[in-house]
Amino acid sequence: MSPAPDTATATAPVIAARRLVKTYGIGDAVVHALAGVDLTVQQGDYVAIMGSSGSGKSTLMNILGCLDVPTTGRYLLDGIDVGGLDERQLSLVRNRKIGFIFQSFNLVPRTNALAQVELPLAYAGVKAAERRRRAMAALTMVGLADRAEHKPNELSGGQQQRVAVARALVTSPAMLLADEPTGNLDSHSTKEVLGIVDRLNDSGRTVVLITHEDEVAHHAKRVIRLVDGLIVSDERQAPVEGPPPAMAGAAGALTRGGVR
Amino acid sequence: MNPLETLRFAVLGLSANKVRSGLTMLGILIGVAAVILLLAVGNGSSQAVKDSIDALGTNALTVSSGAGFGAQSTATSTKPLTIDDARALADQSQAPDIKGVAPEVQTSQTALYEGTSHTVSSVIGTYPAYFEASNSKVVQGDYFSNDDVLAARKVAVIGSTTATDLFGTASPIGKKIVLGGTPLTVVGELATKGSGTGFQDPDDVIIAPLPTVQNAYSGFGSLSQILVEASSADTTTQAQNEITTVLMGTHGIKDPTAVDFRVSSQTTLLSTRSSTTQTFTVLLGAVAAISLLVGGIGITNIMLVTVTERTREIGLRKAIGAPKGVILSQFLAESTLLSLIGAGLGVAVALIGAHFTIVGIKPVVIPASVWGAFAIAVAIGLFFGSYPASRAASLRPIEALRHE
Repeated sequence: MSPAPDTATATAPVIAARRLVKTYGIGDAVVHALAGVDLTVQQGDYVAIMGSSGSGKSTLMNILGCLDVPTTGRYLLDGIDVGGLDERQLSLVRNRKIGFIFQSFNLVPRTNALAQVELPLAYAGVKAAERRRRAMAALTMVGLADRAEHKPNELSGGQQQRVAVARALVTSPAMLLADEPTGNLDSHSTKEVLGIVDRLNDSGRTVVLITHEDEVAHHAKRVIRLVDGLIVSDERQAPVEGPPPAMAGAAGALTRGGVR
Repeated sequence: MNPLETLRFAVLGLSANKVRSGLTMLGILIGVAAVILLLAVGNGSSQAVKDSIDALGTNALTVSSGAGFGAQSTATSTKPLTIDDARALADQSQAPDIKGVAPEVQTSQTALYEGTSHTVSSVIGTYPAYFEASNSKVVQGDYFSNDDVLAARKVAVIGSTTATDLFGTASPIGKKIVLGGTPLTVVGELATKGSGTGFQDPDDVIIAPLPTVQNAYSGFGSLSQILVEASSADTTTQAQNEITTVLMGTHGIKDPTAVDFRVSSQTTLLSTRSSTTQTFTVLLGAVAAISLLVGGIGITNIMLVTVTERTREIGLRKAIGAPKGVILSQFLAESTLLSLIGAGLGVAVALIGAHFTIVGIKPVVIPASVWGAFAIAVAIGLFFGSYPASRAASLRPIEALRHE
């Protein structure tokens, strides 16, 4: 499930959404959170979805994350039509295909980092030894192997978000869905977390990132702007193949492993 | 998710709030312990009643004067029981199922021995047949004989409590006591009968020949009661009918509904007593069951609080792929674990508590009540936990994640 970047375009798109509409309320009080969004995201792409509050970006993120269903429209995630799935199948899809990163980290309290990262694997029914091995590998990837036994309240905000990133990538999902991942972090931790996300994308992982900060959007290969539930601009900053712009731009200093 | 994993999550969840979990368990603990212990007390008291009635002798029938409280009698006048009634009952041709007859007079007197004074609650004047009918055995000395009765000798057989109070550890045999001004020679000491029905100590007794007691204290009037021993436990009913027939003859009564005496057997006494203790046990059990129910409601309450508190966590777990069933079983496991541990500790407390005497009753634990209370407590955990758990499981992830 982690194809090399150069083969990405040949396979089915990770996201294929057609005329997504989401309305809340009824009658005169009806609100169109999404008013017909078409979106295709190829494997290996790094998309930033931007918009002010009320633009519908959170609704879009919920639908893309299979946490909510569109009122009308069709959404194919990694080739699977999500519309026809029941709750049980949806939880399976979330477990296998999506890695969530939230603004407020959302770690399980009183549970150490290793157990946090093991959690999605536990729900997927992976055996304990294998689970441990994969969780440790994911924690190593975010540079927190030495903090495996620490609980959330013993970690800094940046470290907590890195644990959340490890948890999101441990199942090798089709895409990472990050909702304002740096919204609660200081500039140093922001750099750290974004560096890890860049690196993950560089190694072929599809990333969809929701943000309202331009600095964060600069890391993406493609920037989509939402206004009133409609896509108003869609600009590409870097090709789908190849490294994300932040890594390419700093090529001189950061050729190998830009983040440490 | 295997069951072991679910259990591990449940333990983690419970240990996160130790005080709260502990208090919730306490509710179940008290409920279970109360059910087991109170039923044991009820059972213990009915056991005690049964034992004391056995000690009175199972073949014994008691004839007393007057219409009973239970038996609605239309007797206009009451003839007292006399020695002649007793003699008539002793006639084998009229009452073949009667083995022994002991007329009784009862009084209460103060006994003196070398400066020690003791008020004996029951001084009984009777015939030697009394000893067998009432299941009284001597451990020291001997019973008094028919000769002693005929000669109205001043002899007495005393109960164990009376003996200890007057003589301490010394043997009372052959000693002279002064009972209500009359000197009596102790010829025998009775075996201890035990705590009895609770109202009167059956071992605090002095038994003397009937004419001796009549002479000294009660006078030659009516008898207090007549103790009759049936030939066997199976013939008590026949013996009871024979007594009624004979006494109707001696009292000149034609109408069997208008008798002026009452025949009660130990079995009727037993059934009244045991039905009383049964009611008592049921009441105690009901009170205990209510406390168990309250404990169960405590579980629901605490689990609802827990679910509300952990809404975000539930939302997150669902977002990263926990199916509904896993969330449901996690919270059910928590509530069942609460009740399981609470019930286990409750059983332990009850079993320890049953070693102590409670309000004079030695509790006798009913094994079925232990399993029953335990099973009910666990079922309560499942039942009362199912509402909060299903609420947790049906939370929608986006709303749960947004929850503050």
